Amino acid sequence: MLARRSPPHVRDSERDRFRFRLLVAGVAVLAAFALLIARFFHLQVVQHDYYTTRAEDNRISLVPIVPNRGVIVDRHGTVLARNYSAFTLEITPSKVDDLDATIDGLSKVIEVLPKDRKRFRRLLEESKNFESLPIRTRLTEEEVARFAANRYLFPGVEVKARLFRQYPLGPLAAHAIGYINRINKRDLELIEENEQAANYKGTDHIGKTGLEQKYEYQLHGETGYEQVEIDAGGRASRSLSRTPPVQGSNLTLTLDVKLQEMAEKAFGDRRGALVAIEPSTGGILALVSNPSFDPNLFVDGIRSDDWDLLNNSPDKPMVNRALNGAYPPGSTFKPFMALAALETGKRTPGQTIFDPGVYNFAGHQFRDDKKGGHGSVDMYKSIVQSCDTYYYMLANDMGIDAIARFMGELGFGQRTGVDIEGESEGVLPSPEWKKRRFKRPEQQKWFAGETISIGIGQGYNAYTPIQLAQATATIANNGVMFRPHLVKYITDSRSGEKAMVEPEPLRTLPWKQQNVDTIKRAMIGVNTAGTAARAFAGAGYVSAGKTGTAQVFSLKGAEYKSANVKKELRDHALFIAFAPADQPKIALAVLVENGGFGAQSAAPIARMVFDYYLLGKLPKGAAGEDAVEED
Amino acid sequence: MFEQFWHRLWVRLVAHIDGQLLLITSLIMATGLATVYSATYDANNRLLAQTLNMAVGLFAMWAVAQLPPQKLMGFGVPLYVVGVILLICVFLFGVKVNGARRWLSLGFTRIQPSEVLKIAVPLMLAWYFHKHEAILKFRHYVVACLLLLVPFALIAKQPDLGTAILVGAAGFYVLFFAGLRWQVIVGLGAAAAAAAPFVWTMLHDYQRKRILTLVDPTSDPLGAGYHIIQSTIAIGSGGSFGKGWLEGTQTHLEFIPERHTDFIFAVFSEERGLLGNSILVLLYFLLIARGLMIAANASTLFARVMAGSVTLSLFTYVFVNMGMVSGILPVVGVPLPFMSYGGTALVTLSIGIGILMSIQTHRMLVRK
Repeated sequence: MLARRSPPHVRDSERDRFRFRLLVAGVAVLAAFALLIARFFHLQVVQHDYYTTRAEDNRISLVPIVPNRGVIVDRHGTVLARNYSAFTLEITPSKVDDLDATIDGLSKVIEVLPKDRKRFRRLLEESKNFESLPIRTRLTEEEVARFAANRYLFPGVEVKARLFRQYPLGPLAAHAIGYINRINKRDLELIEENEQAANYKGTDHIGKTGLEQKYEYQLHGETGYEQVEIDAGGRASRSLSRTPPVQGSNLTLTLDVKLQEMAEKAFGDRRGALVAIEPSTGGILALVSNPSFDPNLFVDGIRSDDWDLLNNSPDKPMVNRALNGAYPPGSTFKPFMALAALETGKRTPGQTIFDPGVYNFAGHQFRDDKKGGHGSVDMYKSIVQSCDTYYYMLANDMGIDAIARFMGELGFGQRTGVDIEGESEGVLPSPEWKKRRFKRPEQQKWFAGETISIGIGQGYNAYTPIQLAQATATIANNGVMFRPHLVKYITDSRSGEKAMVEPEPLRTLPWKQQNVDTIKRAMIGVNTAGTAARAFAGAGYVSAGKTGTAQVFSLKGAEYKSANVKKELRDHALFIAFAPADQPKIALAVLVENGGFGAQSAAPIARMVFDYYLLGKLPKGAAGEDAVEED
Repeated sequence: MFEQFWHRLWVRLVAHIDGQLLLITSLIMATGLATVYSATYDANNRLLAQTLNMAVGLFAMWAVAQLPPQKLMGFGVPLYVVGVILLICVFLFGVKVNGARRWLSLGFTRIQPSEVLKIAVPLMLAWYFHKHEAILKFRHYVVACLLLLVPFALIAKQPDLGTAILVGAAGFYVLFFAGLRWQVIVGLGAAAAAAAPFVWTMLHDYQRKRILTLVDPTSDPLGAGYHIIQSTIAIGSGGSFGKGWLEGTQTHLEFIPERHTDFIFAVFSEERGLLGNSILVLLYFLLIARGLMIAANASTLFARVMAGSVTLSLFTYVFVNMGMVSGILPVVGVPLPFMSYGGTALVTLSIGIGILMSIQTHRMLVRK
């Protein structure tokens, strides 16, 4: 053997050196293992809690369970907004490399129209990062099956069963109910501000307008959670615990759908608005803004052609005229002026003036509608025949400050506080208002001549139909003023408890009852012997009203500036009324844009609404087309 | 008479088995089997396959142990030459899999020649030193270094950093135990440190990424850092006593990648905790201690350096694997000896233990 050739002492020293090196190696091994053990100790003892948390975070995922949105029903229980379940085909963009290729591939399995692609693109721009977006909605059973068979080809694409909002009556009362649409970035900010972010984890729709918006948090409900164990691929393997969602509360409205339907039909294709209020509560019985729109279009994300159609229509169907249209009240302002005169002592009921057909003020002629004038006019006659001169004089006698004070107390020029967002204020003219409204000093000055036309509801006067309806209801209710509201009560889905939206008297105006009675008598006169007598001929109840006509050129409100008024230089027709006169159950304001005389086009709508609401009578044929000479 | 025959046969069969090595190896293998079962029972159970691998490994261990060291030494040159030729073939005609050229296609099957070098390189170098034992000069170390560098470079070029490290380490240990001067070792270390920036530029992108993610795994949590993050979570969440066998959530919810092969230690660690880790490290330490003892008592230079090299190679496997799984070393493809699933590494390591047994048992026979 080779080893034997070496001399023994060499072998020994060599062996010693080798053994020393073994020792070194052994120590190195020990040190290295000690290092490993130290590392394990650090991970498993020192940082054990931290890594346990990390492991649990890995393992457990909270899956939100979206609550069913509350339904909306009218005062008789007719469903206005509900949910239905449907399959959607959804893509999670963050899980898909090439969206276009995926969609192209999908279109070979399931029909995907260009409009679907367009909508998907728009949703993509507005979307939160990790949510899935629908490329197709309302899949048929067959389409679901077809996709399921090809599912492996499309990672990041899945079929989901979702609840959709449905408005079974379509455009009916759409301006009151509003609609829901997908949550966008602005909504998200709002949700975070309201500290609702956790509750909206799985939610992708939110109320955008109307009651859907105003009562969003009640309708939404509380999101439930399921704790699931997930694997590295994100697949849920088992459920650990489940907190069920709490369904959204249901809204029961003061609205009467039949009445609403009747009123909308009465408008036909005319533009306009109607607000009918129960005077003793402020509950809104009908809220019409014509034309309306189909809120169902918005639910899946509106298609761009539909949106263009709605947005570019000269009829502006998306504008809620009842709350956002500000119109001069015209002669419907006269009963309020008259009451102001009585309350401020500027007139007595029997006091007469002489109307020659014109009123001269500071070298300017204010003309009465009736050529030659009404002659001797007292308060009753001034309302029944709608005498302008009486109110020119009255306005001058009262002065703008007193008018503004009285009308302000009646709610004119203020938001009524109705339970829909975005109500307009309108304009209650006064020297202070003018100062706020105009910048240049020469424009800020109030001229005494400007007060004169205020008296007949023209000039700067601009009020929303709901303000007019509220003021009418307040007279009908002898000065007790309620906040108009659409929701009667909210039903908690869990307890079934009904939270009443209590009639809320905003204020009680300190009117003398005899003064109110004087005005009411005159308004009854309008409907029996005056400008609206023909519209209310043969009614089976006593009603009180006042016609009005507003000049188009003085129309206020920015939304209308671009409106196409080609044929329409005709005046707006207005009518306010309540009935039965002695114990009013309904008060309303009707506005027909470019409808001409109030008596001609607005009053017959009120007649139909009253007939139906008080007597249950449906209109027999066409509304009274006969013109009444006097407004 | 008949009994005597069986007795003689038995004596014959077990004559070259080292009881301590066999016991410790078997304990680790049993632990490995249990862990492989836990790592794979959800789907695609590997228990049976790994049992077969172990049977083959044990047989190879036994067979190698029968060969006396002189015979083993004879394998050094041919194995080395064939191995290097095959590596050159891989370099020229190798099959590319996942961007690395590691395999050689033989038409009916594919082989990975680098695995052979794990044994061939230390055998070759030990033979070389043994041959020149009486007249060892500095130039012999230079030649040995070159003999080591050729296969190392070829393997590193494939690239297969894990195998290159193991082959390089095995060769270096031979140099070390053959008496390479400390000055040279320190000098080599300094040279390596100086060359590091240069090596850095030679590394493949994915290799650089692995080293970078070691410094900060969160820099790429879903890419290169994912392995380290998930395995450290597994180890850390295991705590002192572990979550229990088959109870590891990181394991069974598939958060640990490569959980039955290179990252099996994360599985073990999650389910057995610090206590299990300590016992396992102790078992490896006992195995290594036994190997070092065999080296210390070996009678020839070949036997000494070979035993030392095989033992420290085993240590290198363990340290690199546990180090990478626990996040203190970069991720390289090094299995945990007798634990990780896979037949090739198991057989190679078993042959290593077989060589130790051969050295130990034939020495005793010589003495008798």
